[in-house]
Amino acid sequence: MFRGRQPVPLPIGILAGAGAAFFILPLIGLMLRAPWANLWPDLTAPESLLALRLSLVASLSATALALVLGLPLAWIYARVVFPGRTVLRALTTLPMVLPPVVGGVALLMAFGRRGLLGQILDAAFGIRLPFTTAGAVMAETFVAMPFLVLTVEAGLRSMDRRYEDAARTLGAGRWTVLRRVTLPLVAPSLFAGAVLCWARALGEFGATITFAGNFPGRTQTLPLAVYLALETRPDAAILLSLVLLVVSLVVLVVLRDRWLGSA
Amino acid sequence: MVGIGMSLLAQVRLTRGSLVLDLEVAAHEGEVVAVLGPNGAGKTSLLRALAGLLPLTEGRITLDGMVLEDPGATIFVPPEQRRVGMVFQDYLLFPHLSVLENVAFGLRSRGVRAATTRARGWLERVGLADLADVRPTALSGGQAQRVALARALATEPRLLLLDEPLSALDVTIRADTRRDLRRHLANVSGIRLVVTHDPLEAMALADRLMVIEGGRLVQSGRAAEVTARPRSRYVADLVGVNLFRGRAKGTEVELETGGALTVADQAHGDVFAVIHPRAVAVFRQRPDGTPRNVWPLRAVDIDLHGDRVRVRLMGTVTIVAEVTPAALADLGLAEGRKVWAAVKATEISVYPA
Amino acid sequence: MTAFIQIRRSSLVAAVGLVAAACGSPGPVSSSPAAPSPVTVFAAASLTAAFQSMGSAAGHVNPPLLTEYNFAGSPTLVAQIQQGAPVDVFASADQPNMQKLVDGGLVMGSPRVFATNRLQIVVAAGNPKGITGLADLVRPGLVVVLCAPAVPCGRYAAQALEKAGVRIVPASEETDVKAVIGKVSLGEADAGIVYVTDVRAGGAKVQGIAIPDTQNVVAAYPIAVMKAASHGRAAQAFVDFVLSPQGQRILASFAFGGP
Repeated sequence: MFRGRQPVPLPIGILAGAGAAFFILPLIGLMLRAPWANLWPDLTAPESLLALRLSLVASLSATALALVLGLPLAWIYARVVFPGRTVLRALTTLPMVLPPVVGGVALLMAFGRRGLLGQILDAAFGIRLPFTTAGAVMAETFVAMPFLVLTVEAGLRSMDRRYEDAARTLGAGRWTVLRRVTLPLVAPSLFAGAVLCWARALGEFGATITFAGNFPGRTQTLPLAVYLALETRPDAAILLSLVLLVVSLVVLVVLRDRWLGSA
Repeated sequence: MVGIGMSLLAQVRLTRGSLVLDLEVAAHEGEVVAVLGPNGAGKTSLLRALAGLLPLTEGRITLDGMVLEDPGATIFVPPEQRRVGMVFQDYLLFPHLSVLENVAFGLRSRGVRAATTRARGWLERVGLADLADVRPTALSGGQAQRVALARALATEPRLLLLDEPLSALDVTIRADTRRDLRRHLANVSGIRLVVTHDPLEAMALADRLMVIEGGRLVQSGRAAEVTARPRSRYVADLVGVNLFRGRAKGTEVELETGGALTVADQAHGDVFAVIHPRAVAVFRQRPDGTPRNVWPLRAVDIDLHGDRVRVRLMGTVTIVAEVTPAALADLGLAEGRKVWAAVKATEISVYPA
Repeated sequence: MTAFIQIRRSSLVAAVGLVAAACGSPGPVSSSPAAPSPVTVFAAASLTAAFQSMGSAAGHVNPPLLTEYNFAGSPTLVAQIQQGAPVDVFASADQPNMQKLVDGGLVMGSPRVFATNRLQIVVAAGNPKGITGLADLVRPGLVVVLCAPAVPCGRYAAQALEKAGVRIVPASEETDVKAVIGKVSLGEADAGIVYVTDVRAGGAKVQGIAIPDTQNVVAAYPIAVMKAASHGRAAQAFVDFVLSPQGQRILASFAFGGP
């Protein structure tokens, strides 16, 4: 059909088509059912804007936090051999398979008012994390950070470490090597990891509602708002879902092509 | 060889996988030394050890009288603080930096002011000033090699290490690049150590050869000495001569592999004996006359080298003879054919092992 | 060798037979027509425990009533029924959701209220903060969680607080009653406002503080047979059973009030 292209075997074509349709049909359904006439009023409703703003702030903060904490973790997983590394890595990537609600409960057990660390924070500093925006950021970070850690670790592992050797023979100390050679060379992985992490944080629901609760403007992120709107304003819920979808889609398509090269 | 006035003195002992590297390297200021050896001999490991990228288990490295590494005294100067530059086999130019920034990298890392200006100067010296803003991926192999050289030279290292600097290049441009490299190496001060498995490259670039095999130094000296008196099968094969090892008693040499040679000069003890393939005469019948070394052998391998034919003969001794294609036809030589080989005693050079 | 092939062939025959049976082949061995098919009941999540108990009791009356359930939030169930889900009976946690189906012409006859529910303040077992009524919830430092105004329990709680003349800012507006109970039983929140039945279901870690009738809001639970019902008579029999003295006793044992 297309010259110079590999012919696609029919069974693979059919299954791949079914696979794509499986994702695309729900989106089409959402698009068709969306009450476009209400688009502007629903989107600019104060509660929508509040949730959208909070979602962006919280997911970006979660990504930043994941970078600060996850990058060193990925580096250690990729570069340092120590007993129990495999177990530790498995533990820190557990949130990828854990039901988010369970993750939220676990966070309560650690940072809640009666949690292991939480009761100390409360007693000593009067810091309470549940029901706060910081708590929402934590919940999102908990669920999303493993995506960043695993992606960056894979990048560090596949990188040719002799570039670092070359830099050192040129007089660069470890910190300079990290800053000027290692990080730029793993930038595509770093970026892909950050985008995955951000996308996961943006869609986070279970851990957030369990750990941080739901309060407009403080912990009610867009997914929570969508869920509640389904009960009373299903039309608005569809529109809000579309906003979430479009924002994610634009980011994934545009940035993926720019940073990871389009195939 | 090892002594006062040497600016590089290194006793290198380390284990890496199945390789045990155990050798001594010494070089004078201004010298270009080629490290020659087959694949897996430990050449690259030696360079990495000198650069500080591979720690020694034992030994000591001093450069310009300063101890860089001494595991016994727990001294280890990290690579970035050694004044050692390295050109890697595949150059390893930083793909995210421009050519100019690659060359300026070392200067910036060492906090040199006007790094860009000086890097530009180095690019001019290797004739690539117009490619300053290009990314390394856009360079040809030869250009990349010159950028890598400029990058290493820009920090003015006291010891410059080059790992197979030409092996990544196309054969067609190797000769030109080798000539350029030779010129650049001649124009910088310090010690230059070039690793190669190509004897031609070694002889073209270096004042002195170090031959290593299996992690050990097997021979060292000027190129002419090394090729005239190979001390290993590897060098003999490279030079294309027959090498024997044995025990001499007067003019008789008992070979380690069995058989004996009669030589012209008196010698005693362990010796090497070298016979050039051209000196091996091949006959259909047992030859009459003076040759002292005559063996009935079987032709096992016939190889055409330009207008010469090399015939590997096996029997009491294994020896390669070189004949003309005409002689090949006259002798009716074919693989498996029985022939007689003869070598005059005066054609065999003997030196102590 | 031969035996092996025979075994393989016979298992293949068996497999083909299974597939044919699954496709509904009219063979004499198909399921016995005497067995009654179950009544499909869509019921509000707050009815989960009570209706499961109801189902097992209904299985012992004569003739036995078989039931199968789909428990979820009332709005979700309404959406499913509107999308044509196979349903015989719908039991809603509030009138407005049932009304949506009535307005859509999906209900057979008219719905009947079969149970009521009342609000309580839920606190940790032992009532460590000494809460006695809605007015105590304004106390500074007290962490109070409510249901979101969008869900029925949140709407009712807001009404109760208004009746009591109490204005509070909750720490969180949870998506359902279970989440409110969870926050209190985990100790993250000091108090919440939920249904009596949920406090009962919450177990030993929580206890309820009564809200006086003057401030309380009574939720009425309507039930109805759907027009889409494929087992109309059995469906009606189940509704009758729920409204019977035996059904009412079961509901009362789960703290539901009478209609």
